[in-house]
Amino acid sequence: MTPGSGLHLKTFFLLFIMVVFGPLGDVLLSKGMKDLGEIPNWSLAELAHLFVGVFTSGVIWLGILSLIGFFIAYTLVLSWADYSFVQPASSFSYAVVALLGHFALGEKITLLRWAGILVICCGVLIVGHTPLRTTQDAAESSMQPTTLERT
Amino acid sequence: MLAEIILILGIVVIGTGGEICLTRAMKTIGEVHDFRPRALLSVFGRAMRVGWMWLALLLMTAGFFSLLGMLSLENVSFVVPVTALSYVVGAYGGALFLGEKVTRQRWLGVLLVCIGVTMVWKGRG
Repeated sequence: MTPGSGLHLKTFFLLFIMVVFGPLGDVLLSKGMKDLGEIPNWSLAELAHLFVGVFTSGVIWLGILSLIGFFIAYTLVLSWADYSFVQPASSFSYAVVALLGHFALGEKITLLRWAGILVICCGVLIVGHTPLRTTQDAAESSMQPTTLERT
Repeated sequence: MLAEIILILGIVVIGTGGEICLTRAMKTIGEVHDFRPRALLSVFGRAMRVGWMWLALLLMTAGFFSLLGMLSLENVSFVVPVTALSYVVGAYGGALFLGEKVTRQRWLGVLLVCIGVTMVWKGRG
Protein backbone atom coordinates (compact mmCIF):
# COMPACT_ATOMS: atom_id res chain seq x y z
CA MET A 1 0.00 0.00 0.00
CA THR A 2 1.31 3.41 -0.93
CA PRO A 3 1.53 5.65 2.12
CA GLY A 4 -1.31 8.14 1.56
CA SER A 5 -2.58 11.12 3.49
CA GLY A 6 -4.93 8.93 5.56
CA LEU A 7 -2.08 6.68 6.53
CA HIS A 8 0.03 9.69 7.47
CA LEU A 9 -2.83 11.24 9.47
CA LYS A 10 -3.41 8.18 11.62
CA THR A 11 0.35 7.65 11.94
CA PHE A 12 0.98 11.16 13.24
CA PHE A 13 -2.11 11.09 15.48
CA LEU A 14 -0.82 7.96 17.18
CA LEU A 15 2.70 9.45 17.39
CA PHE A 16 1.13 12.44 19.17
CA ILE A 17 -0.55 10.11 21.69
CA MET A 18 2.82 8.42 22.23
CA VAL A 19 4.65 11.72 22.76
CA VAL A 20 2.13 12.82 25.42
CA PHE A 21 1.49 9.59 27.33
CA GLY A 22 5.05 8.22 27.22
CA PRO A 23 6.75 11.16 29.00
CA LEU A 24 3.84 11.55 31.43
CA GLY A 25 4.22 7.89 32.40
CA ASP A 26 8.00 8.23 32.80
CA VAL A 27 7.64 11.31 35.02
CA LEU A 28 5.00 9.61 37.19
CA LEU A 29 7.23 6.52 37.52
CA SER A 30 10.14 8.74 38.46
CA LYS A 31 8.06 10.49 41.12
CA GLY A 32 6.89 7.14 42.48
CA MET A 33 10.39 5.66 42.58
CA LYS A 34 11.84 8.77 44.23
CA ASP A 35 9.09 8.56 46.86
CA LEU A 36 10.17 4.98 47.58
CA GLY A 37 13.76 6.11 48.09
CA GLU A 38 17.08 4.95 46.69
CA ILE A 39 17.94 1.27 46.97
CA PRO A 40 20.75 1.05 49.56
CA ASN A 41 21.95 -2.34 48.34
CA TRP A 42 20.82 -4.80 45.71
CA SER A 43 20.08 -7.76 48.00
CA LEU A 44 17.06 -9.97 47.30
CA ALA A 45 15.34 -8.73 50.45
CA GLU A 46 15.73 -5.10 49.33
CA LEU A 47 14.49 -5.93 45.84
CA ALA A 48 11.47 -7.81 47.25
CA HIS A 49 10.69 -4.81 49.48
CA LEU A 50 11.02 -2.50 46.47
CA PHE A 51 8.78 -4.77 44.40
CA VAL A 52 6.01 -4.53 47.01
CA GLY A 53 6.49 -0.76 47.24
CA VAL A 54 6.25 -0.38 43.46
CA PHE A 55 2.93 -2.19 43.21
CA THR A 56 1.33 -0.42 46.16
CA SER A 57 2.18 3.07 44.92
CA GLY A 58 -0.74 4.97 43.38
CA VAL A 59 1.60 7.30 41.50
CA ILE A 60 3.39 4.35 39.90
CA TRP A 61 0.07 2.81 38.90
CA LEU A 62 -0.91 6.11 37.24
CA GLY A 63 2.43 6.02 35.42
CA ILE A 64 1.80 2.43 34.34
CA LEU A 65 -1.69 3.39 33.05
CA SER A 66 -0.18 6.25 31.10
CA LEU A 67 2.45 3.93 29.64
CA ILE A 68 -0.27 1.44 28.69
CA GLY A 69 -1.88 4.28 26.67
CA PHE A 70 1.51 4.85 25.06
CA PHE A 71 1.95 1.12 24.44
CA ILE A 72 -1.45 0.74 22.72
CA ALA A 73 -0.68 3.62 20.34
CA TYR A 74 2.82 2.25 19.76
CA THR A 75 1.58 -1.27 19.05
CA LEU A 76 -1.05 -0.04 16.58
CA VAL A 77 1.34 2.19 14.64
CA LEU A 78 3.87 -0.63 14.39
CA SER A 79 1.31 -2.70 12.50
CA TRP A 80 2.00 -0.62 9.38
CA ALA A 81 4.99 1.67 9.91
CA ASP A 82 8.67 0.73 10.09
CA TYR A 83 10.15 0.24 13.53
CA SER A 84 13.20 2.25 12.49
CA PHE A 85 10.82 5.14 11.62
CA VAL A 86 8.47 4.96 14.60
CA GLN A 87 11.13 4.65 17.28
CA PRO A 88 13.07 7.81 16.37
CA ALA A 89 9.96 9.76 15.35
CA SER A 90 8.52 9.27 18.81
CA SER A 91 11.61 10.69 20.44
CA PHE A 92 10.24 14.22 20.72
CA SER A 93 9.16 12.73 24.00
CA TYR A 94 12.75 13.35 25.20
CA ALA A 95 12.15 17.07 25.09
CA VAL A 96 8.72 16.67 26.69
CA VAL A 97 10.11 14.51 29.49
CA ALA A 98 12.84 17.07 30.22
CA LEU A 99 10.28 19.87 30.38
CA LEU A 100 8.03 17.82 32.67
CA GLY A 101 11.02 16.80 34.80
CA HIS A 102 12.03 20.44 35.16
CA PHE A 103 8.63 21.99 35.79
CA ALA A 104 6.77 19.16 37.56
CA LEU A 105 9.59 17.54 39.54
CA GLY A 106 11.91 20.55 39.90
CA GLU A 107 14.89 18.76 38.34
CA LYS A 108 17.91 20.91 37.56
CA ILE A 109 18.83 20.53 33.92
CA THR A 110 22.21 21.81 32.80
CA LEU A 111 22.68 23.74 29.59
CA LEU A 112 24.68 20.84 28.13
CA ARG A 113 21.81 18.45 28.84
CA TRP A 114 19.32 20.79 27.13
CA ALA A 115 21.70 21.03 24.17
CA GLY A 116 21.96 17.23 24.07
CA ILE A 117 18.18 16.91 24.02
CA LEU A 118 18.04 19.46 21.18
CA VAL A 119 20.59 17.41 19.20
CA ILE A 120 18.47 14.30 19.82
CA CYS A 121 15.42 16.12 18.45
CA CYS A 122 17.44 17.18 15.36
CA GLY A 123 18.28 13.52 14.83
CA VAL A 124 14.57 12.80 15.06
CA LEU A 125 13.72 15.43 12.44
CA ILE A 126 16.19 13.87 10.02
CA VAL A 127 14.81 10.39 10.59
CA GLY A 128 11.26 11.73 10.27
CA HIS A 129 11.95 12.75 6.67
CA THR A 130 12.79 9.20 5.64
CA PRO A 131 10.16 6.91 4.05
CA LEU A 132 7.44 5.72 6.41
CA ARG A 133 7.77 2.10 5.42
CA THR A 134 10.57 0.28 3.61
CA THR A 135 9.25 -3.27 3.85
CA GLN A 136 6.51 -4.99 1.81
CA ASP A 137 2.97 -5.35 3.18
CA ALA A 138 2.75 -7.85 6.00
CA ALA A 139 1.20 -10.45 3.69
CA GLU A 140 4.05 -10.06 1.23
CA SER A 141 6.66 -9.77 3.89
CA SER A 142 9.94 -11.41 3.14
CA MET A 143 9.99 -12.65 6.72
CA GLN A 144 9.42 -16.37 6.69
CA PRO A 145 7.08 -17.72 9.37
CA THR A 146 9.01 -19.30 12.16
CA THR A 147 8.04 -21.45 15.08
CA LEU A 148 7.44 -18.32 17.10
CA GLU A 149 4.82 -17.01 14.66
CA ARG A 150 1.20 -18.13 14.86
CA THR A 151 1.95 -20.61 17.59
CA MET B 1 28.15 3.28 38.52
CA LEU B 2 28.22 -0.46 37.64
CA ALA B 3 24.56 -0.82 38.64
CA GLU B 4 23.67 2.15 36.45
CA ILE B 5 25.48 0.72 33.43
CA ILE B 6 23.82 -2.69 33.88
CA LEU B 7 20.40 -1.06 34.22
CA ILE B 8 20.96 1.10 31.12
CA LEU B 9 22.00 -2.01 29.17
CA GLY B 10 18.83 -3.70 30.44
CA ILE B 11 16.70 -0.82 29.17
CA VAL B 12 18.54 -0.40 25.88
CA VAL B 13 19.37 -3.95 24.80
CA ILE B 14 16.68 -6.09 26.43
CA GLY B 15 13.93 -3.47 26.10
CA THR B 16 14.73 -2.81 22.45
CA GLY B 17 14.94 -6.55 21.77
CA GLY B 18 11.39 -6.73 23.12
CA GLU B 19 10.26 -3.91 20.85
CA ILE B 20 11.74 -5.64 17.81
CA CYS B 21 9.83 -8.81 18.76
CA LEU B 22 6.71 -6.65 19.18
CA THR B 23 7.18 -5.22 15.69
CA ARG B 24 7.57 -8.68 14.24
CA ALA B 25 4.40 -9.81 16.00
CA MET B 26 2.38 -6.83 14.76
CA LYS B 27 3.66 -7.20 11.19
CA THR B 28 2.48 -10.82 11.37
CA ILE B 29 -0.99 -9.57 12.35
CA GLY B 30 -1.02 -7.03 9.50
CA GLU B 31 -2.04 -3.38 9.28
CA VAL B 32 -4.84 -2.28 11.64
CA HIS B 33 -7.63 -0.46 9.74
CA ASP B 34 -10.53 -0.58 12.20
CA PHE B 35 -10.07 1.37 15.44
CA ARG B 36 -13.43 0.56 17.05
CA PRO B 37 -13.05 -1.03 20.52
CA ARG B 38 -14.39 -4.45 19.44
CA ALA B 39 -12.03 -4.55 16.45
CA LEU B 40 -9.11 -3.52 18.65
CA LEU B 41 -9.97 -6.31 21.09
CA SER B 42 -9.95 -8.72 18.17
CA VAL B 43 -6.49 -7.44 17.15
CA PHE B 44 -5.35 -7.88 20.74
CA GLY B 45 -6.68 -11.44 20.79
CA ARG B 46 -4.90 -12.31 17.54
CA ALA B 47 -1.70 -10.68 18.77
CA MET B 48 -1.72 -12.80 21.91
CA ARG B 49 -1.72 -15.93 19.75
CA VAL B 50 1.58 -14.93 18.17
CA GLY B 51 4.65 -16.30 19.95
CA TRP B 52 6.72 -13.21 19.19
CA MET B 53 4.24 -11.14 21.22
CA TRP B 54 4.87 -13.23 24.34
CA LEU B 55 8.62 -12.97 23.91
CA ALA B 56 8.17 -9.21 23.41
CA LEU B 57 6.16 -8.89 26.63
CA LEU B 58 8.76 -10.87 28.58
CA LEU B 59 11.70 -8.78 27.34
CA MET B 60 9.83 -5.48 27.67
CA THR B 61 8.88 -6.37 31.26
CA ALA B 62 12.57 -6.91 32.04
CA GLY B 63 13.33 -3.58 30.34
CA PHE B 64 10.58 -1.91 32.39
CA PHE B 65 12.02 -3.08 35.71
CA SER B 66 15.45 -1.90 34.59
CA LEU B 67 13.87 1.51 33.93
CA LEU B 68 12.27 1.54 37.39
CA GLY B 69 15.62 0.70 38.98
CA MET B 70 17.36 3.44 37.03
CA LEU B 71 14.68 5.99 37.92
CA SER B 72 15.29 5.27 41.59
CA LEU B 73 18.94 6.27 41.08
CA GLU B 74 18.82 9.19 38.63
CA ASN B 75 16.58 12.05 37.47
CA VAL B 76 14.04 11.29 34.76
CA SER B 77 15.45 14.12 32.60
CA PHE B 78 18.75 12.19 32.58
CA VAL B 79 17.48 8.61 32.38
CA VAL B 80 15.01 8.96 29.51
CA PRO B 81 17.33 10.81 27.07
CA VAL B 82 20.14 8.30 27.78
CA THR B 83 17.83 5.45 26.81
CA ALA B 84 17.85 6.97 23.29
CA LEU B 85 20.86 4.68 22.82
CA SER B 86 18.19 2.14 21.94
CA TYR B 87 18.08 3.88 18.53
CA VAL B 88 21.34 2.26 17.60
CA VAL B 89 20.08 -1.16 18.68
CA GLY B 90 16.74 -0.42 16.98
CA ALA B 91 18.28 0.58 13.65
CA TYR B 92 20.58 -2.47 13.61
CA GLY B 93 17.75 -4.74 14.77
CA GLY B 94 15.29 -3.31 12.22
CA ALA B 95 17.80 -3.97 9.43
CA LEU B 96 18.97 -7.37 10.67
CA PHE B 97 15.80 -9.00 11.94
CA LEU B 98 12.94 -7.17 10.22
CA GLY B 99 14.39 -6.59 6.76
CA GLU B 100 13.95 -2.80 7.04
CA LYS B 101 16.11 -0.66 4.78
CA VAL B 102 17.87 1.80 7.04
CA THR B 103 18.94 4.59 4.71
CA ARG B 104 21.99 6.83 5.12
CA GLN B 105 19.63 9.59 6.24
CA ARG B 106 18.29 7.42 9.04
CA TRP B 107 21.81 6.46 10.08
CA LEU B 108 22.68 10.17 10.18
CA GLY B 109 19.69 10.77 12.46
CA VAL B 110 20.76 7.88 14.68
CA LEU B 111 24.30 9.31 14.81
CA LEU B 112 22.93 12.69 15.93
CA VAL B 113 20.88 10.93 18.60
CA CYS B 114 24.05 9.24 19.87
CA ILE B 115 25.87 12.59 19.99
CA GLY B 116 22.91 14.08 21.87
CA VAL B 117 22.92 11.22 24.36
CA THR B 118 26.64 11.73 24.96
CA MET B 119 26.01 15.42 25.68
CA VAL B 120 23.18 14.53 28.08
CA TRP B 121 25.52 12.10 29.84
CA LYS B 122 28.27 14.70 30.09
CA GLY B 123 25.79 17.27 31.36
CA ARG B 124 24.87 15.27 34.44
CA GLY B 125 24.95 18.24 36.74
